[in-house]
Amino acid sequence: MSTLRTEEMTLNMGPQHPSTHGVLRFIVRADGEVMREAIPDVGYLHRSIEKIAEKVGYHGFMPYTDRVDYVCAMFTNQGWGMASEKLANIQVPKRGEYCRAIATEFNRLASHLLSVGTMGMDIGAMTPFTHAIREREMINDLIEELCGARLTFNYMRIGGVAWDLPPGWREKALAYLDHFEPILDEYNALISYNKIYIERLANVGIISADEAVNYNLVGPNLRGSGIKWDIRKDLPYSVYSEFDFDVPVGKGEWGKLGDAMDRYMVRIRELKESVKILRQALKQIPAGPVLAKVPRNFKPPAGECQIRVESARGDMGWYAVSDGTGYPWRVHVRTGSFAAMGIIQKLSQGLMIADLVTLIASLDVIAPEIDR
Amino acid sequence: MEAARIYQRIKDRFGEHVLEISDHQPDPFIVIDPASIEEVGSFMRSDPELALDCLSNESGVDYKDRIEVVYHLFSYSKRHGAVLKVKLPRENPTVATLENIWKSANWMEREIFDLLGVIFEGHSDLRRILMPEDWPGFPLRKDFVEPTEYHGISTVRESPIIRLDPKKK
Amino acid sequence: MQELINNIVAAGTFGKMPETLVAAIVIIVLSAVVFLGIAFPFAGIVSWVERRVWARIQSRVGPNRVGPNGFLQWLADGVKHVCKEDVIPTDSDHQLFKIAPYLVVLAFVLPWAVMPFSSSLILADMNVGILYMTSVTAITVVGVLMAGWASNDKWSLIGGIRSAAQIVSYEIPAGLSIFPVVLMTGTLSMQGIIRAQGWAPQHWFLFANPFTFVAANILYVSALAEGNRTPFDLPEAESELVAGFATEYSGMRYLFFFMAEWGNLFIIGAIITTLFLGGWQFPQVSNNAVVMNILQLITFNVKVLFLVFVSMWIRGTLPRVRIDQLMSLCWKYFVPISFVNMIGTAIWVAIWPEGNSVAGYIMFALGIVLAVIFIQRVMYYLRRSRMELYFRPTI
Repeated sequence: MSTLRTEEMTLNMGPQHPSTHGVLRFIVRADGEVMREAIPDVGYLHRSIEKIAEKVGYHGFMPYTDRVDYVCAMFTNQGWGMASEKLANIQVPKRGEYCRAIATEFNRLASHLLSVGTMGMDIGAMTPFTHAIREREMINDLIEELCGARLTFNYMRIGGVAWDLPPGWREKALAYLDHFEPILDEYNALISYNKIYIERLANVGIISADEAVNYNLVGPNLRGSGIKWDIRKDLPYSVYSEFDFDVPVGKGEWGKLGDAMDRYMVRIRELKESVKILRQALKQIPAGPVLAKVPRNFKPPAGECQIRVESARGDMGWYAVSDGTGYPWRVHVRTGSFAAMGIIQKLSQGLMIADLVTLIASLDVIAPEIDR
Repeated sequence: MEAARIYQRIKDRFGEHVLEISDHQPDPFIVIDPASIEEVGSFMRSDPELALDCLSNESGVDYKDRIEVVYHLFSYSKRHGAVLKVKLPRENPTVATLENIWKSANWMEREIFDLLGVIFEGHSDLRRILMPEDWPGFPLRKDFVEPTEYHGISTVRESPIIRLDPKKK
Repeated sequence: MQELINNIVAAGTFGKMPETLVAAIVIIVLSAVVFLGIAFPFAGIVSWVERRVWARIQSRVGPNRVGPNGFLQWLADGVKHVCKEDVIPTDSDHQLFKIAPYLVVLAFVLPWAVMPFSSSLILADMNVGILYMTSVTAITVVGVLMAGWASNDKWSLIGGIRSAAQIVSYEIPAGLSIFPVVLMTGTLSMQGIIRAQGWAPQHWFLFANPFTFVAANILYVSALAEGNRTPFDLPEAESELVAGFATEYSGMRYLFFFMAEWGNLFIIGAIITTLFLGGWQFPQVSNNAVVMNILQLITFNVKVLFLVFVSMWIRGTLPRVRIDQLMSLCWKYFVPISFVNMIGTAIWVAIWPEGNSVAGYIMFALGIVLAVIFIQRVMYYLRRSRMELYFRPTI
């Protein structure tokens, strides 16, 4: 056997591949079914959003932020809104903040549903995907009523939100949450505790807590490694300090701590927490204006700031530099997927080809967010 | 720990390497000598008082007369953050990589190299990341002019609105 | 068959043609009728049924536009695929690339020759029927491997190799699970095995003894693996290997692969039904041979279609296993258990050469208990789920 000549096979996975969540590309060096390494090659969805920001002004950039991460566009809206507000020191009205919290939490539900749904599909079970998408469509209906769009919302403005909640929307939203909670249990019964599913996810792509911090993983990926950290809880922004909710962390119940199953379960549990927040927000929402008085010709004083938003894919950092004119001097978005992509090359070593798909899905990598 | 105290601690340690401490609101920052970035970086990470274990953001800004590389650091255990800056000349901006201290710097430095042309010395894999390998120039520099075509593919297109206007032929 | 040929020759329909030529014509015509009239439409209809069942499991509607409830969808798809361009990649091995789908289809049509639809409706009651069945279905692996190799595509190659590894491995537990039945009946003939069972469930080989019960389950799972069905659809794992060995195929050749896959469901069901579920056995309610044959045909098809439905159900429910899990399931669990089954049955037959009727009743009762527990669990989740359920199949 020792004289048998073996060769590594170089596989090109993507940019057109069914499970690369958009247009990712991996150059996989494989020895049979086992990967030596998977080298990510990103940039296929680069739309130079940061450059656009320098050309279109503060208000004009808001619709573009939707495209940074079109799966959870509310958070990018909010990130840009908060960055501009911090630069100009604008106070958002209370009701506006509540509207933002409600919209973003609904968006988090939608994004996590897509994530856990595609997780099932990447493992080979089609049914969970359609069940998750069904629920997501209902959320999209609600959001559509709120802001007129289903994907690129453009709901928020600098200083608040564009529109108040439509009449009767609160009751509809609450009715939806009543419908959604048992569905989540049904979903868990359908797939999460399936033996094959656990076997496929447990002990795949283990990220230790140190590694997660070192590679700057954020959001559910960080919490999956056992670090109890949520910007909403630990560095509260908006009105999150007024809500009572938990931060679910990975516990390594099915395998080693920080494996794909932990990250998946964190997302599932976060869905429950989001429902909790939404109930409180919909109950406590005060009356008042939703949009602060912001000049049409918005010129924040020269300066710079960084704000952090807990998006569905974790801590989203917006770094904005103003030079006192109506156009931002520089905008930089540090997104969760960008950080997560950096660790794939290291994690992929020694996994099987099928596990690469699991790994990508468990890190919840979204192509537009990487390339921006 | 307050940002000002963090910067003071760095100044106590690396007196002459600290070029400027700004208390600019909302985010105060510290500017240090590019030559000492590695030393300062490893101190900030390993010092038990600072324990800035996460490089949360690294970005570059072109100020027309200089290029700044901005490091946003954060500590999960101490729950404080710091903003570190280095100022580089526009011609041939070079700074040492922080990849060996914070792994997340790897991709973010590649991105800065790609879009602003900052060369990170000692970086393990300094390639373009978002733009094509043979793209001319660095798009986020203020004086960047977009080439009108790339490998025969036009990068500009006529506005369809003009074509629909009957007065203009 | 011989009688039919003799009758035709005696009737003189073909004039003075030599008898062997008449026999050849009759056989070819009959085969064509069976394959084109039964096998291919069946594969097509199964594809429609599968899409409808699957859609309902996934809370969708599924194809319902072409014909009543979308019944003619399979025909429309077939026509579409025939009309499509047959793309052959330039760098592929053209000859092998073209032949591969036909080999797969061959492996799918050949077993129909020994399909025991009823006591007389069988094309050829060979005395090695079941052996023939397992051997010709194994031709699939040649076709799939050929397709994977000839496409000159790395994803196809991995798909082909996976398929070869998988089918060859699962042949072993499948073959070993047929053994207990052969031991008990002493025949390999399909009709012989069915005749050794009775119409009542306690006389089926499924409940003959504990070993056959296990063997039946192993055989079903192994057959799913051989037929590339979920949860063992690794060769065409669409989320990993694009479309596996079929990546480069288009048009009719692509359709052939999937027609074989759907048609194989019937063959899987037929093997299990014949060996363990009493085949076409039906109580003697009439002395009219035609009536009895029709009843037997219905019985056989109901049993087979139930198994086909189960495999669709499984496909709609389970995720895919990984290649190492697939192999360890086969070699670490199925193969040893199959050997135990074989030896256990041999001892059982040595103790009770005529079978043990009490064991049949007990096993059947246990089977009912299992089924009741299963149905209760299903009902529990149905009650818990707040979704509106549509049991009406025609929407």
